[in-house]
This record gives sequence, structure tokens and C-alpha cells, in this order.
Amino acid sequence: MPASKQRALPALLGLTGLGLLALLLSVAVGSVSISLQDLWAVATGGGSELYRELIVSLRAPRALAAFSTGGLLALAGALMQVLLRNPLADPYVLGISGGAAVGALGAMLIGSGLALVSGSAFAGALLSTLLVFGLAQGGGGWTPTRLLLTGVVVAAGWGAVITFMLTMSPADRLPGMLYWLMGDLSYARAPYGAWLVLVPAVLLTLPLGRSLNVLARGPLQAAALGIAVKPLEWLVYILASLLTAVAVTTAGSVGFVGLIVPHMLRLLLGNDQRIILPASVLAGGTLLTVADTLARTVMAPEQLPVGVITALLGVPTFLFLLHRNR
Amino acid sequence: MAVLDIENLIVDIPGRADGEPLGLQVKSGQRWGVLGPNGAGKTSLLHTLAGLRPPRRGRVSLNGSPLASLSRRDVARQVAVVFQERQDSFPATVMETVLIGRHPFLSAWQRESAEDIRFAQEALSALSLNLLKDRLVSTLSGGERQRVSIATALTQQPTIWLADEPTNHLDLHHQVAVMELLNQQADNGAAVFMCLHDLNLAARWCDHLLLLYPDGELCFGPAPAMLVPEALERLYDQKLVVAQVNGAPVFVPG
Repeated sequence: MPASKQRALPALLGLTGLGLLALLLSVAVGSVSISLQDLWAVATGGGSELYRELIVSLRAPRALAAFSTGGLLALAGALMQVLLRNPLADPYVLGISGGAAVGALGAMLIGSGLALVSGSAFAGALLSTLLVFGLAQGGGGWTPTRLLLTGVVVAAGWGAVITFMLTMSPADRLPGMLYWLMGDLSYARAPYGAWLVLVPAVLLTLPLGRSLNVLARGPLQAAALGIAVKPLEWLVYILASLLTAVAVTTAGSVGFVGLIVPHMLRLLLGNDQRIILPASVLAGGTLLTVADTLARTVMAPEQLPVGVITALLGVPTFLFLLHRNR
Repeated sequence: MAVLDIENLIVDIPGRADGEPLGLQVKSGQRWGVLGPNGAGKTSLLHTLAGLRPPRRGRVSLNGSPLASLSRRDVARQVAVVFQERQDSFPATVMETVLIGRHPFLSAWQRESAEDIRFAQEALSALSLNLLKDRLVSTLSGGERQRVSIATALTQQPTIWLADEPTNHLDLHHQVAVMELLNQQADNGAAVFMCLHDLNLAARWCDHLLLLYPDGELCFGPAPAMLVPEALERLYDQKLVVAQVNGAPVFVPG
């Protein structure tokens, strides 16, 4: 589309640049600052033992986990908003994070290790997805409205279970649980799973962009313009659920990224999904990488839950853009 | 050959008993009008012909191929539907909205070509939307949005038009302009099949009429044979006065 097409390439290139800058910053900044020369030395196989250890086993995995989680959440949010044709939709609106939280907190409550917490978070996310989808089927197939209402109600149910678990849990486990609920990357050591899902998902959604533009006009208009509506909605639903489940498993339920990043980009770039979807991945990844860097440095040696920072950064930025567009 | 062949069709309206089956052929160049009171099933019929809802019984064929055997994309390359209702959940400009009419002709990786953009621009000119092309559709008036819908269908370059109340929300000038446009499409070989609530527009612009009675009875044929005051009064359950203006009948509620 003429206007947005001209802005597409510079915008995507600019966002890629920002993303790389954010990753670099995230690796360089922390309790021990690492200069660019030292970074380069480590990258080319040299550098001191301390720096190698710090970068290779701590900061780089964490930065990559942050970037991929942000990308997954923003892409899932953009897809959910089109699927449900509701600008208020976010990756968690259908109860996925609630199910994951119950799984993760349950594992923490019985004192499980990291792997089991992640595993049961993922299982909870899938269980919740299936539950919502099964319930939304009802008598005559699901519609976005039905899916949305079912999801919101199931999420409320999970919310009650989470509150119950928090009330019942011993005081020494509470901080870990609250951090998980706000989103926390301090235990994210293996970002590879997230990247393994994110990269194919981006490649899969790129050719779907124009079809999603048509779907956003409503199911009847989309069908009249040659879209097989149900198969496309299925694909988007399954994909968005998977992306969210992987993100939540990596970093807990980080808020705001999935809701706000796609909207910020729509305000800046228009609503062509061919641009919004890849741009969401880049901007979501950048936002979460920067937020996580701040989360572990602002009050060092204390670490804040990254969800607090995404909200503190995201809310004013979004409100400014919204105001500017009036 | 009939571009649209309707055989023994019973439209599936939940909770309604089977009416009289519909069997008729729409040929290229014809301008069909569907008349009937509110709730007679005009929109449901139109959606069934577009393949957007399955029929309860019977068959619809497009250029000889049963609709059920065609993909949505194949249908969309021939048939444009103008809907009565629109959904704009997300902001989009007039140009973006109209350009979406090219969707069925583009592959997944393809971007709109200069020719596609030209089709869209011509459609915008035809509906006098040039000055509005960068406006957000959500900021337009009802009549302007209606013209955007018709421009989208025109960008699709259809051989069959299925239009549900194409003159909805339009002022008198644009009602005539849109009917002229559809007329011209038919002259160029398209088949036009539209639901209308305005008897006088139907009388002036349609060459064939289909009357849908609320009890499921139906009757169709060349327009002059259908424009019988007694039949129309029974159709709408409304007394009519017929006047002659420039030698053509004009119907006014009595």
C-alpha cells in the first residue's frame, strides 16, 4: 500500500539497528561494564577469562532470551488482535498465561527445580489453550467473540487459583512466585527454544500478512475476497498460542509488550500486517532487552521483575503516541 | 451461457420452513433486482449465491462449475460482493481498503503492482473518492463508506456483482451514479444481481426482477412483467399509487 510501503523498509531496517544496539548494550552493561574493545576481543575468541565467562554463560544468553521473549509476545499480541478483531486483545487474553502461572507456581510450591517449573508452565499453557478452545466450540463452532469471552472467563478462573496458591505458599517462596508472575528473566539461561520457535514463526507469518489485512475487515468480507477464513483463523490461533506458551515458559508472564508494541507500531506505521508483524518482533525484542537491562542495573545488586520496567517504559510511550495522533 | 446457474435452491434460514425452490439463470449483461419486505431472505439468498453460506438444498454454479467445488479464491476472482454491513476494527485508509479488492489476484509473496494501484485509482475516480483516498475509513460518513465498499468491489473487476442494497446511505445524486455504474458494468458484460429496497430504482435500472414473498413464495421474470401493482402491494403489504413520469411507472406508498 503506497504510503506504508515507502515507510516499510526504513522502518524495518531502523528497528533491526535498534535491536542490535539493545543486544550490545545488554551484553556490555552490568555489575562489571565491558568496553567495546573487550567485547570485540571476546567475540573474536580472545579476551580475559572473566569477560568470556560473563558474556558467554551469563549476559549473552539472557539478552537473547529477553529479545526472543519480547519478539514472541509482540508477534502473538499482533496476531491475537487480528484474530479476535479486538484492539484490546493481548497474548494473555485467552487465559494462556493464567494456565502457565498455575503450572509454574504449583511446581514452585512443591519446591521443584527450574526445569520442572518451565515444563509445568508450558504444560499449563497448553492445557489452558485446549480448555478454552474446547469450551468455545460449544454447539456450532467457535467465533472470535465466543473465544474471547471463554478466554476471559477461564483467565479469571486461573486468577482465583493463583491467588489461592499465593495465600497458601510459605513466605520464603513468595518472592520467586511474584517475580514469575511479573515476568523475570534471571533464570533464563537457554534461549534456544524460544529462538527455534520465533524464527520459523516469523517466516510463516510473513506471507500471511495480506491475508490478515483482509481478515481484519471481518469474516464475511474476507471470505468474499477469497480467504478460507476458518483454516486461517485456526492457524493464527494455534500459532499465537504456541508463541505465548513458549514466551511464558521462558520468562514468566511479562505484561504490556504483547498489547502495546503492536499498537505503537500501528500508530507509527499504519495497519499493514506485512509490516506490523515483522516490526512487532523487532520492536518487542528491543523493548524487552532494554527493559531487562534496566531491570538488572537500576537498583543493582537488587534485580527488579522485568514486567515492572516494560510497564513503566511502555505506558507513557504509548500514551504519548496516542495523544500525538489525535 | 448462464454465468450464474441456480437450480432448485432452498436458502438455509434457521427456523424457517422450506419455501418454493428457486431455479433461474443469470446471464452476462443482465441486471437483476431482488425485491421483498424486510426479513424475506434477500441477504441470505445473496450470501448463498456468493458461497458464503451453504444452501439447505439445491445447487449454484458459476460459469458451469458448482460453487461447492470452487475454492474461495476462484470464486473471488469472478464474484464481487457488496455487503450491507461493514466491520472496521482497525484503522485503514480509503486507498488501502479499496486496494484489498486485488487480494484474490495476488500470490502470498506478491505486492500490489502498478496496474493494481491503477485499478484502485480508477475505482476511486468512478466513485468520486479521489479527495478522500488518504482519509481513514472510520472518519467517513455512511454514504462515503458505502462508496468505498463499491469501489473495493470495482477494483476486484468482477464478472458477477452480488450487491446488497448498493444504494444504502447514498444521497440522490450518488444513488443514480452507483446505478449508472452498475448499468455500465452490465453493458461491458458483467452480470449484476442486487437486492434493492427502492422499487423505483428497481423499476428504472433492472431488466429482471425476483420477488421474494415472506411466506417463501417467489416469482421472477423480465422487469415490466413483474411491476404489477397488485403483486407489489401483496409483496410489501402496502397500498401503492402508480404515477407515470416520462412514460415510466413510479410507485408511491398509498
